[in-house]
Amino acid sequence: MTNEMKDTGIVYDVKGLDLWYGQDQALKNINMQIYKNQVTAVIGPSGCGKSTFVKTLNRMVENIPIVKIGGEILYHGENIFDKSVMVEELRTKVGMVFQKPNPFPKSIYENVLYGPKIHGIRDKKVHMEILETSLKAAALWDEVKDRLDDNAYGLSGGQQQRLCIARALAVQPEVILMDEPTSALDPIATQKIEDLINQLKEDYSIIIVTHSMQQAGRISDKTAFFLMGELIEYDDTSKIFSNPAKKQTEDYITGRFG
Amino acid sequence: MGTQTDVRKMIHDNIVNNRNRVDKLVPRILFLAALVSVVTTLGIVATLIFDSVKFFQMVPFSQVFSTELAPLRAENPTFGILPLINGTVFSSLIAMAVAGPVGLTAAIYLSQFASERVRNTLKPIMEILAGIPTIVYGFFAYSFVTPILMKLIPDLGAKNVLSPGLVMGVMIIPIVASLSEDAMNSVPKTISEGALGLGSTKFEVAVKVVLPAAISGILASFVLGISRAIGETMIVTIASGSSKAFTYDITQSMQTMTSYIVEFTSGDAGTGTAGYYSLYAVGLILLLFTLVMNLFAQYISHRFREEY
Repeated sequence: MTNEMKDTGIVYDVKGLDLWYGQDQALKNINMQIYKNQVTAVIGPSGCGKSTFVKTLNRMVENIPIVKIGGEILYHGENIFDKSVMVEELRTKVGMVFQKPNPFPKSIYENVLYGPKIHGIRDKKVHMEILETSLKAAALWDEVKDRLDDNAYGLSGGQQQRLCIARALAVQPEVILMDEPTSALDPIATQKIEDLINQLKEDYSIIIVTHSMQQAGRISDKTAFFLMGELIEYDDTSKIFSNPAKKQTEDYITGRFG
Repeated sequence: MGTQTDVRKMIHDNIVNNRNRVDKLVPRILFLAALVSVVTTLGIVATLIFDSVKFFQMVPFSQVFSTELAPLRAENPTFGILPLINGTVFSSLIAMAVAGPVGLTAAIYLSQFASERVRNTLKPIMEILAGIPTIVYGFFAYSFVTPILMKLIPDLGAKNVLSPGLVMGVMIIPIVASLSEDAMNSVPKTISEGALGLGSTKFEVAVKVVLPAAISGILASFVLGISRAIGETMIVTIASGSSKAFTYDITQSMQTMTSYIVEFTSGDAGTGTAGYYSLYAVGLILLLFTLVMNLFAQYISHRFREEY
């Protein structure tokens, strides 16, 4: 089963996902398949459930105590809500990059190695290897290699965000969730992150929430359009932006609302 | 223009009047209020210094910093302060051995694990602990804790430093817990989310991310707890007694600097004697202790601040 799913290239198979914050339903019967080594953009107006959806994929949404979830999310064929699934392990396979850069108030070195260290990797040689690989993959190595012991908060916003990406890469995830990763950054830093996303999809599957339709158009292979908790349309990005099937999608991408 | 009343002029007059009266008066009243505490502090320091100088003129330094404390002896009274410092240090250490770990653990629980409802119930209850008059704690130490401890430690004196030390610790728990909790709560939630997103358990987030990020506030809460223990009077006066022997045995009575002052101000040290002036000297040293602790707390909060 698992192998079969991998062969078809499906990472996530979302089936009938419902989610409530207390009495308010934030996601309504979401069904979609997310593919390997692709960039999937999730767009929609504020409050449409796009962030909630992405945070459900690594079960971060459950940190909010009033959340109730129905339906299934199969990750390589296994329902992530199963009792047998260890949420900590899921989150190492499915890394996350947040809206605002959130490095730990520690050195660059400690930031990258936080994940490997808490998961029991103690070998100093392995540490150095992970450090260099992750920072290089996040296109940050050249900028920080001479000041690995400096506090991460001495970096610029864009560098901090790339450090957070390196930190996520350090535990060798398969999927990287990005929740509006460039919304707090200037255009140049945004450009660097977008270039980075293009490189990363060689090795990772990326799911990115963005409020910028231009960004979705530039970087994604597939686009999902959410509105009021529903998945309105999900297709190839080129199709969504040139010839959307639904009127609501067209209204949104042509800027008639949102 | 539409109305007959000249509203604009009325507003103008009103503003001019207010500026003259209220705006000039208010800052002065505020200044006076601020001045009260400054003047009082200066007054206290001045009194302590003046009368301490008299004490140090009467008693040689070599005797002051000795372990010989016999201020009530009719002939050749001696005024070694070391037994009092010893008593203060021991009672404070015992108190912090309780308040530090318990307070910090409570803070971690309240800030990282407790649900909103539990926190909103527990925190006020804990803060009531801080509102109990210290005389009640003293009585509690003497008539409740000491008898229990006596069953565990047969050699325990009826007056001993252990029991009030422990009770002071309980009294200080809310200070440590509340300030540490504030410090941990002010660590941005986004940082904890980052750690959770890497597969940390809640406990790992608390201990490896939030705690280090809040360490300056936590250490500052410890230091404030220590100052509180150093200055605490009633509990040690009632339950630790007034032995002036220099000892490291916490099962026996020790006198702290504060309870020495209580004993002498309520006793009959004749005005103008060395015993009388010794009160001021002890008071001054006590003040220096707490001052040093408070400066230390400030230093720590700057030195160990993890920027975020």
